[in-house]
Amino acid sequence: MELLYALCVGALTTCGFFLVLRSRTFAVVLGLTLLSYAVNLFLFASGRLTIDGAPILGQGGAPYADPLPQALVLTAIVIGFAMTAFVVILAMRGRADTGTDHVDGRIPERREPPAAK
Amino acid sequence: MSLVWIALLPLLGTFLALAGDRYGRNVCAAATAVLPGIALLLLLALFPALFRDEELRVSLQWIPALDLAFALRLDGLAALFALMILGIGLLVILYARYYLSDSDPMGRFYAYLLLFMTAMLGIVLSNNLIQLWMFWELTSISSFLLISFWSHKTEARLGARMALTITGFGGLALLAGLLLIGQVVGSFDLDRVLSSGDLIRDSGWYPVILVLVLLGAFTKSAQFPFHFWLPQAMAAPTPVSAYLHSATMVKAGIFLMARFLPVLAGTDLWFLLVSLTGLATLLLGAYIALFKHDLKGLLAYSTISHLGLITLLLGLDTRLAAVAAIFHIINHATFKASLFMAAGIIDHESGSRDMRQLNGLWKYMPYTATLAMVAASAMAGVPLLNGFLSKEMFFSETLDQSTLGALSWLVPVLATTAGAFAVAYSLRFIHDVFFNGEPVGLSRTPHEPPRYMKLPVEILVGLCLLVGIFPDYVVTDLLLKAASATLQGPPPEVNVALWHGFNLPLLMSVLALAGGVAIYYNRKLLFQFQSQFPDPDPKLIFEEGVQRLITFCSRIMQLLDRGSLQRQLLLLLLLILVFLGPPMMKLHQTSGGRELLEPDGLAQVGAVLLIVAALATVYWHRVRLVALLMLSVVGLVVSLIFARFSAPDLALTQLSVEVVTVLLLLLALFFLPQRAAKESSPHRVARDLGLSALVGGLVGTLCYAILTRSGSSIAGFFIDNSVPGGGGTNVVNVILVDFRGFDTFGEISVLAIAALGIFKLIDQMKLYLPTSDDSGRPWSRDRYPVILAVISQLLLPMALLVSAYILLRGHNLPGGGFIAGLITAVALIQQYVAFGEAHIRERLRLNYQWLIACGLMLALLTGAGSWLVGRPFLTSWFDHFHWPLVGEFELASAMLFDIGVYLTVVGAILLILANLGKLTTTGRHDG
Repeated sequence: MELLYALCVGALTTCGFFLVLRSRTFAVVLGLTLLSYAVNLFLFASGRLTIDGAPILGQGGAPYADPLPQALVLTAIVIGFAMTAFVVILAMRGRADTGTDHVDGRIPERREPPAAK
Repeated sequence: MSLVWIALLPLLGTFLALAGDRYGRNVCAAATAVLPGIALLLLLALFPALFRDEELRVSLQWIPALDLAFALRLDGLAALFALMILGIGLLVILYARYYLSDSDPMGRFYAYLLLFMTAMLGIVLSNNLIQLWMFWELTSISSFLLISFWSHKTEARLGARMALTITGFGGLALLAGLLLIGQVVGSFDLDRVLSSGDLIRDSGWYPVILVLVLLGAFTKSAQFPFHFWLPQAMAAPTPVSAYLHSATMVKAGIFLMARFLPVLAGTDLWFLLVSLTGLATLLLGAYIALFKHDLKGLLAYSTISHLGLITLLLGLDTRLAAVAAIFHIINHATFKASLFMAAGIIDHESGSRDMRQLNGLWKYMPYTATLAMVAASAMAGVPLLNGFLSKEMFFSETLDQSTLGALSWLVPVLATTAGAFAVAYSLRFIHDVFFNGEPVGLSRTPHEPPRYMKLPVEILVGLCLLVGIFPDYVVTDLLLKAASATLQGPPPEVNVALWHGFNLPLLMSVLALAGGVAIYYNRKLLFQFQSQFPDPDPKLIFEEGVQRLITFCSRIMQLLDRGSLQRQLLLLLLLILVFLGPPMMKLHQTSGGRELLEPDGLAQVGAVLLIVAALATVYWHRVRLVALLMLSVVGLVVSLIFARFSAPDLALTQLSVEVVTVLLLLLALFFLPQRAAKESSPHRVARDLGLSALVGGLVGTLCYAILTRSGSSIAGFFIDNSVPGGGGTNVVNVILVDFRGFDTFGEISVLAIAALGIFKLIDQMKLYLPTSDDSGRPWSRDRYPVILAVISQLLLPMALLVSAYILLRGHNLPGGGFIAGLITAVALIQQYVAFGEAHIRERLRLNYQWLIACGLMLALLTGAGSWLVGRPFLTSWFDHFHWPLVGEFELASAMLFDIGVYLTVVGAILLILANLGKLTTTGRHDG
């Protein structure tokens, strides 16, 4: 189970970073969202995996899952949303003000490939 | 405690100054003077205790673990400086009342002045090095504000910037020096530092410490080669010059050297650095001062020269030299402040400061002329005035040193030469301005100033005379007290008197006087000689240097940052590899010994689904709608993962956030291009893919390594204390609203700030509204489908009920403010989707900014409420009540806090989405 979990985190990180490295804002937003999933899962993993041990006292029973990472991740999810929203609006504003959705606000000049003979 | 008040009252006075501004100039000046006046009385009340050698120290704990305290001490040296700061400060306040014109914002001026006064008092009274440094920097900043007070003038802005740059640079050097002293001594406590002189002098760091501290002192006190900022700072209003450049700001460096005299002095290095710098400054300042046509320019260079004289005395490092230095500090402050004030009066009443225009003013303002002439004679060192006494002491000290070996005779000779120039420029100040023919081309006829504008000058000139004639009655006690505090020992035998008999120092004085007169008499020759040299403008040189530095820095920035986000992120990823790779390689085994869970079929299906959806998001990232759908699949699986691994709260949160995120991204997609062309070259894709896979692999491995190892956790504490301490069985919620309530408060504040930031970004955003989708099909005309409207209307009360239930039970069962807020927000957004923004706005009159503010305030007040019962911030309270029909019911203050969280979350999310949604309808007409 742990291996599967780690695989998921790794895959999400890879996909997230790849998208973050793209040149258009929407792809970067998608990448950031994937990354925030990955980070939340990673943080959550620091409490190790527990099945049927929700930290609700008086129900079920010990061993309880570690409640601290859960509390951390809970607020991280909400703040992650706020940050995603901020980036999205920034992207829109960027497009409105610069006319392009390139992350640098302008499309960089390309070095022309040598003309084919 | 009155020590604290002495330092604090001027600071409070800034508010009085600002408040008094609207009630006219007299009230403003009086209101400004009240608190410093009280501070001066408090200081004088401490003098008897000071002379009884009582310990005058206050220390308030601040961060004991870092050896930081708010600590003040009053000894002779500090008392002398505090007396000058407060006394001359009060005179300057009175003077400025008449100097400033109606159009100057007087309240602001006085506020800056008092801020500066606080900073100076802080320096001289501090008993902690770091605290001293903080006030030191505050003087730089407040003097910047004062010098640039007439900010519409270019030279004021330039001068202020130059002063800030130079003194700020020195301040940083000083900080480094003080930190090193703290390292060597093991404490930042000034008392301890002052008693560890040998420790510091013997340490290997001594030369470094000395140079750094001296850099701080020299820049502040305008010593060569850092002297050039002082004349530029003359662009300040004259009361500022009278205050900063006579008694306070430039004396801060001198104070620093005097303060650290017992610790840093006593070595050849000290002698060489300090006395040679002082000597160079003394000569240079005195020479240049003669050629300045600007009254204030002459005074500025004369100030530089006198500061050099004091520095030289401190560098000579004998006990008597220290006494002479302190004596000259007092004398220079009195005559220079009065001269600046006189120069200001002349400027104010004649409209010019140029000595080529100002001539023969004696006829127009004889009274002011008399005062200025007395002060200028004190500056020249004429007998019966205070300047003569300290200058004689100075001359006799220059004779009494031998560190330069066979060249030691140079010092007294050069000192006499500088003295002659001082006489010459003082003579020029007197003769050129008040005699020497008639004024040339003045815009108005000069006349005497208002009565009370002269009062501060009269007081200061009176002091010059009193000290000069009756030194024993006026100044000797305080002088010796200050000297013994400086030397950290008994004061030397010193005879401050007018007449010591015929001796060498008297001869030097006479030579200086005669030489000065001779120089002035032949000034035409000297001016001619000097005119052969180019006269570089320090402003231009400085500006050029600054520009060069900026070009240099921007070139470096160009190397690091070419304005490409992709490149920066790439570097960031490489950095992750560099930092994460090697430690992971040191880990011998990937898997730890922890007992693992059996993977079951469901988990396998989930993992495959998640990975496939994530890859699909990447694959279709240019077909944006599809990518978004795939992303939402990932989000759903993540919330299922949370549910599976015993985190019901997280699962609920993730699920509701997922809805909001997808809605948000859909809205964003409406405004962004639906599809993107393929841009990246295959090389780039391969490179990025490889790099991300590497980082992803590392992170995954790290995650696996963590999961398979057991670690210690503080979970036990929370689980044990959740019910007895927080009164709730849902430990996650209790942590959020109780144990770590302060963090949660910070987090909802971040949420609120993000929402407000978004609100501002959306405001005035001009977007292109597409009329059709990317394949050219027009939008559906059925904008608000009836079925959706009916269903969402039905759902709304139920959704609200559920969210209320989730909110209330949150303390004991999965739920709480965050989740309930998200559910409410989703329910309301559904109404927006179904009915349109305008429709909802008419029916739901909610101001979301207010909602956020109320939520934050509720959380804050709940936390602060525990202060009322004498508990720390955010201590929660709970009790059980019996309600008829409902049964046992628990009330906890944490619930109120949770409601605050709830309101903030609802407000923030709706503020974002409703405003974004509004954009889609503005400018569109319903057809």
